[in-house]
Amino acid sequence: MNAEQGNTPTADDFLKGLWRENPVFVYLLGMCPVLAVTNSAINGLSMGLATLFVLTLSNTLVSVLRNIIPREVRIATFILIIATFVTVVDYLIQAISLELHKSLGAFISLIVVNCLILGRAEAFASRNGPARALLDGLGMGLGFTLALLCMGGVRELLGNGSLFGVAVLPAQFQPWIVMILPGGGFFTLGVLLLLINAAKARRQARAQTLEGAS
Amino acid sequence: MNDAGLWSIFINASLVNNFVLAYFLGICPFLGVSAKLSTATRMGGAVTFVMLVASLSAFGVNLLLEWAGVPYLRLISYIVIIASTVQFVEMFVKKMSPALFRALGIFLPLITTNCAILGVALFQTNRGYDLLQCSVFALGAGAGFTLALVLMAGIREKLELASLSDVVQGAAITLMVAGILSLTFMGFAGLGAA
Repeated sequence: MNAEQGNTPTADDFLKGLWRENPVFVYLLGMCPVLAVTNSAINGLSMGLATLFVLTLSNTLVSVLRNIIPREVRIATFILIIATFVTVVDYLIQAISLELHKSLGAFISLIVVNCLILGRAEAFASRNGPARALLDGLGMGLGFTLALLCMGGVRELLGNGSLFGVAVLPAQFQPWIVMILPGGGFFTLGVLLLLINAAKARRQARAQTLEGAS
Repeated sequence: MNDAGLWSIFINASLVNNFVLAYFLGICPFLGVSAKLSTATRMGGAVTFVMLVASLSAFGVNLLLEWAGVPYLRLISYIVIIASTVQFVEMFVKKMSPALFRALGIFLPLITTNCAILGVALFQTNRGYDLLQCSVFALGAGAGFTLALVLMAGIREKLELASLSDVVQGAAITLMVAGILSLTFMGFAGLGAA
């Protein structure tokens, strides 16, 4: 067992999820909500926050219970824990804003099968203490929220000329309707990944030339 | 109660509102298993089958939950049903046809976390389909999923031969192709709307 290596929570547990191990842009986890609900910035943000909530709580609970859960049924147990929190979130959003609940639709319930949450429970929370699992959940959730906000922002800006429902671009701007349609979701993510790949390749090339020069 | 005709439900689930390309359900297997045509076909078949079984069981369980007055247990029950259906299908296939079992391999357990399956169960409940409509809906969704997967695999096999810049290799180009496919499927809008 490689469990319990260093149980003190570090800032890195939190920070790694934001960029270096960003669940969406680096690991390509939890793609369904990333594409489906990001047709406006507000939808993306609320979906991200709902996932953040579920991820943090399920990570913590899985970590607290990690020594009690039998190994053979651990996946089923994780899913039950996650499903419980998702039900909580579902009713919570319904209570806060019925309109938002309608626009997110079945995708709130579908957080259950978001592979990001199950992935973190299996890969991190079941091997580390509650404090670290909590930080990991927060960081990964925040990274996920950022990615969703980014996607939602780009798509709403180009597809509707607005941001968070406020018109930003001048009236002469002809909205690219395609961006808020399903196809636009694929395009936006594809282009974002392309840019990230290009930035990475560039940094690597520069590091190599520096090495060669010295 | 929903009184949509069976044919229009089928067309709607498979083409107009294709699960993968319009609802973005089941993106993970769509991106992960679409590299080869043969595996894509098998995966599509397995998913369609599990969808049908899960949809019928979800229909029964929903009646039970309504009767017991505990609708807030719906999500938890559905996910348990799907997990056990997958397990059951796996054992059944292993017993009945070891050859098919080997062919499906790792795909069967993976289906549990396929959001398209849970999506079918949730949508049919939200729309209040009856038993016959549920099974047609599940078949349509499965057919749509298979179609998207097979189309994507075909395109990706060709892409292997194309000369592409390094930065667009992998997920980036796959997503853009998926975007174009999704736009194409919008051409079906209005079909079977009657």
